[in-house]
Amino acid sequence: MLQIKDLKATIEGKEILKGISLEVKEGEIHAIMGPNGSGKSTLAAVLAGREFAKITHGSVKYMGKDLLEMSPEERSKEGIFLGFQYPIEIPGVSMVNFMKTAINEHRKHRGEDPISASDFLKIMREKKALVEIDSALTSRSVNEGFSGGEKKRNEIFQMAMLEPKLSILDETDSGLDIDALRVVANGVNKLKRDDSATIVITHYQRLLDYIVPDVVHVLFDGKIVKTAGKELAIELEEKGYDWIKKEVDSE
Amino acid sequence: MENDQDKIISDATSGEYKYGFYTDIEIETIPKGLSEDVVRLISSKKNEPEWMLEYRLKAFRKWQKMKMPEWAHLKIPEINYQDIIFYAAPKQKPHLESLDEVDPELIETFNKLGIPLNEQKIFTGVAVDAVMDSVSVKTTFKETLADRGIIFCSFSEAVQEHPDLIKKYMGKVVPSTDNYFAALNSAVFSDGSFCYIPKGVRCPMELSTYFRINAANTGQFERTLIIADEESYVSYLEGCTAPQRDENQLHAAIVEIIAEKRAEVKYSTVQNWYPGDKNGVGGIYNFVTKRGICKGEYSKISWTQVETGSAITWKYPSCILKGDNSVGEFYSVAVTNNYQQADTGSKMIHIGKNTKSTIISKGISAGKSQNSYRGLVKVHKNASHARNFSQCDSLLLGDRCGAHTFPYIEVNNQTGIVEHEATTSKIGEDQIFYCNQRGISTENAIGLIVNGYAKEVFNKLPMEFAVEAQKLLEISLEGSVG
Repeated sequence: MLQIKDLKATIEGKEILKGISLEVKEGEIHAIMGPNGSGKSTLAAVLAGREFAKITHGSVKYMGKDLLEMSPEERSKEGIFLGFQYPIEIPGVSMVNFMKTAINEHRKHRGEDPISASDFLKIMREKKALVEIDSALTSRSVNEGFSGGEKKRNEIFQMAMLEPKLSILDETDSGLDIDALRVVANGVNKLKRDDSATIVITHYQRLLDYIVPDVVHVLFDGKIVKTAGKELAIELEEKGYDWIKKEVDSE
Repeated sequence: MENDQDKIISDATSGEYKYGFYTDIEIETIPKGLSEDVVRLISSKKNEPEWMLEYRLKAFRKWQKMKMPEWAHLKIPEINYQDIIFYAAPKQKPHLESLDEVDPELIETFNKLGIPLNEQKIFTGVAVDAVMDSVSVKTTFKETLADRGIIFCSFSEAVQEHPDLIKKYMGKVVPSTDNYFAALNSAVFSDGSFCYIPKGVRCPMELSTYFRINAANTGQFERTLIIADEESYVSYLEGCTAPQRDENQLHAAIVEIIAEKRAEVKYSTVQNWYPGDKNGVGGIYNFVTKRGICKGEYSKISWTQVETGSAITWKYPSCILKGDNSVGEFYSVAVTNNYQQADTGSKMIHIGKNTKSTIISKGISAGKSQNSYRGLVKVHKNASHARNFSQCDSLLLGDRCGAHTFPYIEVNNQTGIVEHEATTSKIGEDQIFYCNQRGISTENAIGLIVNGYAKEVFNKLPMEFAVEAQKLLEISLEGSVG
């Protein structure tokens, strides 16, 4: 589904991603872990098409297409979803209106007619129940005045509504209490399909108690320095990132 | 990212003006220029009584001694009044008994503007007075309204048919010498709408005037007078468009509203005069004096405006709250793009006791435009327990435009409460990206955000108008954000 090859990117002339290669297949959950400043969020942003990072080398293929050629909205409509680390507030725009506009753009892309109001409300009710989101949140403006936890839950709700093929969750667990964490993780697990994949970006192992990854990568200083099964996450939690640093340094 | 923003901005600002066409129709014009003779000529064209001519001449003599106001945050090029045609009328039979006698070209023109003049084709329940250049072309539903005692006709007709009402009310809210442009209008006004709602009558449909400038080199000077007698209600709509031309054209109008005891008047405008092109060439200079008086107790006047057109807008719809417990409201969305300039706002003059006023102003600036809010809230010394709430928000798209706020507050009674809130915000690149990531194009994202921002005002517009206004806003800002 996703093949990243030797991807390098700079921000304001400074190299942040220093040659990343990664392959994600349908049905898989990948976790990308790493200390702060290792390039995790930059990788997520680059995959979603945010242009603050300049790609200097490498390629990204998604469903056989050149991802880097696609606009952010095309990527979305082709099934890529980014759960934001810091979801953006859009005052005055109701969640309902926002979500309906998004869904209709996706439908248009697939050559379908706009969704009827009743179908839309029905789907919204279902997905709200699925991700245990408070009903009142969807009648408010996009993320405006939401608490940290509500914002993150709202991301999962949008993910549920858009049914993406590839979800990239950027530090979705940061700032969440254990209940919120459980809700978010449950949402991700329930939304998992055989033909979809998820990349979970996280600093801590605790989210991985709830979302069990097939593959764990450790990102360090712009490079993937270790790839293994879920046991790697536990090892990281016990030992911290220092031993990885030492390993890297000694190489 | 900067380049990207520029591109987004340039895309958004490239929206085409939909109403820029010109109707090739036979017109009668008078020679260019302004003099006492021209004032006399206009008056005689309209077969006016002597008192009307006197009114005009008095205004004209005063105007000659006045200077164009310079306090607004506007750069107004010098206007050569000798280069303007002050009267232009589509040629037609002097008296129209039915629509069949209206030139089909004119009907077609208004159809194209979305204003059907054929009553059978109108299902929206809106009566229209259609004004092209200097004359009213057709007023619909006149008879239906007359059954309830409502007078809705062109201003010229009212001068002939209802001179007593005109004499009693005209110039009482906006005196002929009120300001430079009001004096000019009072001297040369050619037509407009007149409306009288009798005691206790709730007008069963929206009344509207549609102003169209068609002829070249002309100015449009219309005036509207709305009188709502005791315990009556009317909702009034105004729309305006003009052809796309390289020369600037002048529009100087007056609107006067009188609300008697417990009467309510709601006046909504969607102003879409030709704004000029991307480089600031052409466009209408829009200098308008709109004022209403809440004369009787518990009366209410509500102004709602969506201003998207004109190269220059100078306009301050105001309320004089004379009756005790009367209410004045002003809701405004003013959009400027490219090289447009707008200086607009409201005046709320509290004279009666327990009077209340609300000002909600939403400015949206894009391109290289300048958008100013200017407002005055004045509480007279006898206006005990007056209340005002003002909110002035500015939204900036891009970094080459300007937003300015000039609030003036004068409170002469200690029991008055005046609140003023103001915000300035920018559509952020991160907001656009968030929308993009959900599949929403930049264009639509801007539409969503801007409409969300202006929603509070749109909600005050009558239904069909609100939809129209939303679309208009999207067109006006097409391609304008970063």
